[in-house]
Amino acid sequence: MATASAEIKVTAEIAAEHGLSAPEYARVQQILGRDPNITELGIFSVMWSEHCSYKSSKVHLKRLPVCGTLVVQGPGENAGVVDIGDGLVAAFKIESHNHPSFVEPFQGATTGVGGILRDIFTMGARPIAVLDSLRFGPITADNSAPSVSPETIAKNRRILDGVIRGIANYGNSFGVPTIGGEVCFEPCYSQNPLVNALALGIAKKEDLFFAKARGTGNPVIYVGAKTGRDGIHGASLLASAEFTEESQQKRPNVQVGDPFVEKLLLEACLEAMTTGAVVAIQDMGAAGLTCSTTEMASRGGTGIEIDLARVPQRESGMTPYEIMLSESQERMLLVAERGREPEVLQVFKKWGLDAVVVGEVADGGLLRVKDHGIVVAEIPAHPLAEEGPVYQRPIAKPSRKDESAADWFVFGPEKKNLTDNFKQLLASPAISSKRWITEQYDTMVRTNTLAVPGAGDAAVVRIKGTKRALALATDGNGRWCQLNPRLGAMHAVAEAARNVACSGAKPIAATNCLNFGSPEKPEVMWQFSEAIDGLAAACNELETPITGGNVSFYNETLGSSIYPTPVIGILGVIEDATSVLKMAFRDHGDIVVLLDGMSGATDSPAVKSSNGSDAQLAREFSSSEYSKTVGGIVAGEPPAIDLPAEKRLQQCMVALAASRTIQSAHDLSDGGLAVTLAESCFASAPVRKAGDTLGAKIKIEDGTPSESAVFGERGARAVVSVSPNSLNAVLQTSRKYGVSAVRIGEVTANGIFRIELNGSAIIEEPVETLRDIWARSLERALKQ
Amino acid sequence: MKFGVVVFPGSNCDHDAFYAISDVLHQPVEFIWHQSEDLANCDAVILPGGFAHGDYLRTGALARFSMVMKSVKSFAKRGGLVLGICNGFQILLEAGLLPGAVMRNIGLRYICRHVYIRVENTATPFTQAATPGQILKIPIAHNDGNYTADPQTLAELQKNQQIVFRYTSADGKDDATGNPNGSMESIAGICNRERNVTGLMPHPERAVESALDSADGLVIFRSMVESLATSAKASA
Repeated sequence: MATASAEIKVTAEIAAEHGLSAPEYARVQQILGRDPNITELGIFSVMWSEHCSYKSSKVHLKRLPVCGTLVVQGPGENAGVVDIGDGLVAAFKIESHNHPSFVEPFQGATTGVGGILRDIFTMGARPIAVLDSLRFGPITADNSAPSVSPETIAKNRRILDGVIRGIANYGNSFGVPTIGGEVCFEPCYSQNPLVNALALGIAKKEDLFFAKARGTGNPVIYVGAKTGRDGIHGASLLASAEFTEESQQKRPNVQVGDPFVEKLLLEACLEAMTTGAVVAIQDMGAAGLTCSTTEMASRGGTGIEIDLARVPQRESGMTPYEIMLSESQERMLLVAERGREPEVLQVFKKWGLDAVVVGEVADGGLLRVKDHGIVVAEIPAHPLAEEGPVYQRPIAKPSRKDESAADWFVFGPEKKNLTDNFKQLLASPAISSKRWITEQYDTMVRTNTLAVPGAGDAAVVRIKGTKRALALATDGNGRWCQLNPRLGAMHAVAEAARNVACSGAKPIAATNCLNFGSPEKPEVMWQFSEAIDGLAAACNELETPITGGNVSFYNETLGSSIYPTPVIGILGVIEDATSVLKMAFRDHGDIVVLLDGMSGATDSPAVKSSNGSDAQLAREFSSSEYSKTVGGIVAGEPPAIDLPAEKRLQQCMVALAASRTIQSAHDLSDGGLAVTLAESCFASAPVRKAGDTLGAKIKIEDGTPSESAVFGERGARAVVSVSPNSLNAVLQTSRKYGVSAVRIGEVTANGIFRIELNGSAIIEEPVETLRDIWARSLERALKQ
Repeated sequence: MKFGVVVFPGSNCDHDAFYAISDVLHQPVEFIWHQSEDLANCDAVILPGGFAHGDYLRTGALARFSMVMKSVKSFAKRGGLVLGICNGFQILLEAGLLPGAVMRNIGLRYICRHVYIRVENTATPFTQAATPGQILKIPIAHNDGNYTADPQTLAELQKNQQIVFRYTSADGKDDATGNPNGSMESIAGICNRERNVTGLMPHPERAVESALDSADGLVIFRSMVESLATSAKASA
């Protein structure tokens, strides 16, 4: 075959520089029946990168449940799709953009959001919400991070600021509400922050589009932004390798986002799809033109032939290698019906976007790339996309020293007043209000947002034209997964689903973003394998099949890995949008009830903590936010989990919401019962008149240490408030679902937050004092 | 009576304004493309929020050159009702249909939250259904809402009662506390001398149903409907 002139001769060494191992390179030679040229080598290297090929994770991902009666499209397409009734479907997916966000926080975050939005509208669904799950290094010097230097803290703040601005810039301009997610802080994320973006879109079921090329002779059309030299090898060398001291030199591998062009692309693509002339469509994300051509051909069982000379280019003199590997943003590739291309091109012209026929669907299953008519690459598409290397990487359980009581949190004396410790907890970046961040996001555009960030346990958007609403929540506790990846992963699913249920929605499906260290380390692969088993168990039990997501390996710098951090997004459906639950207490005199799925149907009078000995209690408590923040201890195990109990609680919450018998709902998670109750007080403020602050008067009986009783984080629990005349109905419903419901106090009008344990007040403080600490800590920390 | 919502490339509150008019107020409404040479016989025109042409330059600086703005200008000159919301307000300022300018918010950050604004003048087609001094809870969502004008312009706005909305506290007593972006005189919205062109930074179309936490923005659209109905009757 003809090749481009003055070409580099490919050797095994050059292949190694491209991240291809010797056996992988041999496989390339075998597939081609010859040595590849440099363009072909580049194509193989990105397609077979960890990021694109899932070569280390594939064998494990098979264990995840992906089927369900509502699943329309599982993993393998641009996004997962589920049936949400009324002839509508929801497309949703979460993806990481971790390494780019460390190297260049603003652009890394913008392009993370841009990429996931394209995945959604590629399917023909209009994006209606974005959530972001973020992990940073510590931004304050405190107990929990004693060894973190002031320089690192300052740097972490800059990364956070850049990431938040990036997310805001892209979503706000594009016109999609950014309505939730979480922000967590741990020292392990200082050199490797996590930026996981989740997007949700809706479409009519019959209007879905897929990335499957078909129809020999059908034109292949390139649309959107011009191709430049940005982001070359983003997927292979940036996303699929760990960081070293030279990582800042990878800045040119980061792409640059343009939300305005993305907005035009969205409108133009959705309009073009209505012409009926579009056969298939795929966005150009990781690995750009290479990935989109290869995957469309492979999925359709066809070939594709393109000529790079026709590709709109931002700069002159780009080589075929650069054009094929560019990760310039805001581009799409689509296949149109032969003869109807003018209809499609006309739409893009209207929106002022480039749209050019660059090739056609061909017989023979080859990806054939030409440059001015001269063939520069010719590779069988299916082997390139599907027959890449698959590894059963070695697995080894990391050795962990045997812990004893000396390593664990030591509970303080009983009856000790815990108000000051509680304030310290409320001020910690993990617990404090995230309003300073979320106010920078447009949370209301599209006028569907029924629960803005902080209003409820999940973000809720209504679906205009129906009675329904969708609820979404993300969760993932890296600290717990570090201590026990299987249990931590189960908790991530359980909590995200619990959040969704506490907004009144029935959890129906999941998406996951699996952030781990290097797969070449057996210990990391053990964490990964354990986490997969945990996810599988929890998703099976809670009937939330995983419909897609991504795996992000190599999250490590100078040899040290991040905490294993599987982030789970759960989608739920609320049949009647007017029954959405929020966390705010509403009226004084309302009764506060603690629901507990684990205590079974017996209305036991106490907040029982995990069963077992005191040693077991201390061990579990050592993994809590309180232990970390107040005690400076991260050890032990996450709380034991009881998945059937989680399910009972969730079903009970959905039933309570539908019956409209409760005034508010908020689950127990980070910071335990005390934080849950306080947040329900804080959230009530905006709807109250000045000087009329709601408080809470709580009385609990518990035989466990007081810190465990009020700050323990065992799951399957939620706090609801109930008007007195609905109490019986609530108790009945709880009994029906096998959930214990214990009356623990009431909402008061005196603005005092008071928790009494076994007859002694252990926390007592005006709500306004606590609120000020909670509401402004993050802003104070970041403005230092 | 027919409303028109202009669609610039980069408008992103166009659907929201359309929905508020069609589904909440039940009035006829259609989209008007930015390259359109006429206004499709609309009786009132809304320039919606968003980032027209990306707003990489000054906000509204490119949109004012859009083909449709010629028609909007002559429509305004003939007394037609023009409402600019957020980016639409910024475009009206750049187009010279309203005086002054907006700068970056004083904190140099995008802000999205509910604010309170006080209706300062009820003698306009956009506020005639409101009570004098009425406090409205309406969201803002912008980077550049810091209203600025020279002293002479400000004095004229005052004298001619062109300041239609001011930011204020929930009880309407403390404008400075309620001012989210540093706007001079806590200005949230102004009208032209003739009262038929109004622009404001807050988004009334996002506050039209109690499910969205506030329906206070409805009074602005209801005023427009009332005003159009009266003038239709007068010309009949």
